[in-house]
Order: sequence, then C-alpha cells, then structure tokens
Amino acid sequence: MHAVQVLYLLCPPGPVELTAEEEAALAGEEGEALQTAYRILLATGEATDAERLVPVEWAHVSGVNYNTIGDTGEEFLAELSRSARVRTKTTLNPMGYDSESPGGHGVTAEFARRQESIKESYARLGVEPSFSCIPYEIYELPPEGTRVAFAESNAAIYANSVAGLNTNKESAFSALASALTGKTTYAGPPPGPDAAVHMGIKDPDEVAFGLMGFFAGKLADGAVAISGAGSPDTRCTKSLCAGLGTSGTCSRYELGEGQGLERVDFGREEMQSVHDELSTAEGGDVITLASPQLGLGELGELSAMLAGRRFGKMCMVFCPRAAQNKARRLGYAATIERAGCEILSDCCTCLTPLISRDDVDSVITNSVKGAYYLKNSNRVGVDLRPLSEIIKQETERG
Amino acid sequence: MPINFLGAVDKKTGEVTDSGHDLHGRSFKGKILVFPHGVGSSVGAYTIYSLASHGSAPAGMVCKKADLTVASGCALANIPLYVADDTEYDSLADGEQLRLPA
Repeated sequence: MHAVQVLYLLCPPGPVELTAEEEAALAGEEGEALQTAYRILLATGEATDAERLVPVEWAHVSGVNYNTIGDTGEEFLAELSRSARVRTKTTLNPMGYDSESPGGHGVTAEFARRQESIKESYARLGVEPSFSCIPYEIYELPPEGTRVAFAESNAAIYANSVAGLNTNKESAFSALASALTGKTTYAGPPPGPDAAVHMGIKDPDEVAFGLMGFFAGKLADGAVAISGAGSPDTRCTKSLCAGLGTSGTCSRYELGEGQGLERVDFGREEMQSVHDELSTAEGGDVITLASPQLGLGELGELSAMLAGRRFGKMCMVFCPRAAQNKARRLGYAATIERAGCEILSDCCTCLTPLISRDDVDSVITNSVKGAYYLKNSNRVGVDLRPLSEIIKQETERG
Repeated sequence: MPINFLGAVDKKTGEVTDSGHDLHGRSFKGKILVFPHGVGSSVGAYTIYSLASHGSAPAGMVCKKADLTVASGCALANIPLYVADDTEYDSLADGEQLRLPA
C-alpha cells in the first residue's frame, strides 16, 4: 500500500477560501442545485490549488450534444433545470443536429426526442441557445482582462491567447457550476509557458498549425510559447487552438521564444508523425469543414474559393446560426450551396451523429480536432488535408 | 498515458477504446485507475458521471495532476480522486493491490 495525498472532494473546507455566503450555499441553504454547483467548484478548486472563488462575466457551457452526454446527462440536466437558473450570461456549445432540419442524415426520432429535452433543459436554466463552439466570434467580446468561464477547449485557449480574456480550461461541469453561481475558481495569474515550440514548416497552412498545436499540447502543461509562426490568420489560429486543446491540458499559448525554455522543433518529420497518427485514410466519402465552426469571415473566403466550382461529393459546412444568417444576406451561402455544400448550424463535425460509420467509411477534413474525434469516436477513417487542397482535388469547374 | 474520457473510453463498459492508448482494450470498471491526468474535451466530465451511472466507473482514480474535467466528473460521480506526487506515482505498478485512504 502506498501513502497518497488525499484530495478531499466532499469534505469542506479545504485550502479554497470561501465566504460565509459560499459556505452557506455549500451547506445546502440555497437548495440542492447550488449545493451541487459549489461542491463542483470546491472540488475543482482543490484540484488546482485555487485560493478562492471569483466572479465571472460570461460562462460558455459544453455538454449539449446527446451523442456525447447520453441518457445520464439528459436526465441530470432535466433534474437540475427544475429549480436552478443561471446567474451570469451563459452561452452553449453545439448540439447533435441542425434544429431547422433535425430529421436529416438519419437522425432517429429517439435521438431527436432526447436532444430536444436537453435543449429545453438549457432553455429553462436561462442559457442562450447559441449552439456554437466559437462564442468568441459571434458575441461582442468584453474588455481585456475580463474573467470568463469557457468549457469548450478551443474557445478557452482562444479567449486566453487571442481575445485577452482570462479563463480556466473549464470542464462541462465546472462551467455549468460557474453559470449557476456566477463564480469560478481562481488559482493565481495565468500560467507562463512551460514549453517552447518552433514552427519549422515554411508557409504553414491550417493543417500544419493544427498538427503543431496537437504536438505542442502533448509537451506543455499550462501554456506554450510558439516561435516562427508569423501572424497566423483566423483559420490557422482557430486550428491551432483546437489542436492544442485536444491533446493536452494547456490553457493558452503565446507567440514568442519562451525565455529560458529549451526550444523543440516542429519540422517535417514531427509533422509527418502527428499526421500519420490522425490521418488514416486516402480519400473519403464525405467532406466536412469545421471544428471549430466557420465564422462569417471564413464563409466569405470559402464562397470566393468556390465561385464557379462544384464538389463531386457531399461537403458539410458547419457554422453558427448567426453566421449562416449573415452569410445568406451577403450572398456567400448561395455560392457555397451552389458548389454542392450543405450548410449546417447548431452542430459541428466533432461527435455529430450526422456522420456515421454505417453510411461513411472515411471523411476528408481540414480539421485536426475533427480528425481526432472522427477517428476515435465516430470510428471512421480520416483523410486530413488543407482546405486549398480539398478544393483543388475535390471540385471541378461547373 | 493521459486519458481523453470523451472519445477514448466506452462509457457503458469502462473499456479504453483508443487503439493508440497503452490501456487499450482493458476495462477499469471497479479498479483503481492510475493515469497522469485527463486531456481533451471538457465533456469528458459527463463520461465520468455516466460511467458511475452505468456501474462501470473505476473504484477510484490516482493522478499526477488533477485537471478540471477529471476533478469535476469525480466530484459529481462520488469517485475518490487522489493526487500523488511524482515519487508515489512512479512507485505504483500495474495490477498491485492499492488501498486508498477513505
């Protein structure tokens, strides 16, 4: 038998300093839902050596897709939403299908019933039905330095690294607890880099950035310094955030050398090795673009790239509803659809039941995060390629 | 190896399904799961909660570093979670009997 340090999950108080009101809520004086929420905050606070709880201005909650949270999650949220209400602005990650065409792509009636129940539970809790993994692109950002609680990993990393906000890399439950209490755990200032990675690929595309993120996430604990990356555009930045969030625990990156850290090169060989791990097929039956979802700017770029061209196979394009509506007004959506794409909102590539191994053997995508979950959860083959190549190889004039 | 509870674990059986993982094909149901830390999706917390609902959860977990996904999932699922220091962690061997302090 080994002596191991006990992490007290249920017995307050630990090193996290609670106010009298917080103690009372933890003791159940404000009802069961808030008691559960404070229990989660205390447990996560002790796990991360947090000093205290601090207010948040915005919570972004994951755990919406019936495909990922299942019956247990659906029942938990139904029970919770009988009495609880959020106390801060709260937005939601994607769910399992597009609510305007829930019957498409073989979604079963049972799936739709359960998914609708989850949607209703979040509505009762007072959560905004954003169904997006890129809240940072569809909402106005609060002032720099504002503390938020983002669960979606690409969004947490984007918030900390690009948007100037502060968030823990929250879990589905800790972000929900933050939504219900208006608070999160504070474990000191943002972590400095503990690993330094050099982008050794010349003119890296979004796949190179995603693979580099996936590589760096395995090396760094809290944050990573990235050199040689130039100024990545939106598509590359989002790909980097998503790759980094998938493989590790990092909550931020910074562009720079990372003083005093030994530089690890991400060159051709390293990129090939990560590519081989995630890209398992040659070609595919379906193309998916997203994970993270495409914002309005990317839809505009896509429509320009697709003008006068047609895909030879189905191409699914995932974007937030707000971005789709704007893209319709601007004419981007018409061009994208004319090229043979289907534009879907409320859901995303990752873990959607819309891509099932019953119908599809392998998928072509430019998303490193998408590749990881398509391979491991949907269990389909993946052909990972940058968007420019996908368009070159899979479309014809027409 | 670190575990991504969403995507690498069967929430009904407690089996590790990621073919690249060193615990691939093994079930941790009723055992003490020793791994460095969780990675990846924040929704993994629901997987841990679901494992408990299906009776397939580990009896306890030992990590080197507790991340929010694992800690919050264990909190809601009432699974004891222990954070071991490096020396303690490295001294643990596969298959050995371990008693976790209550």
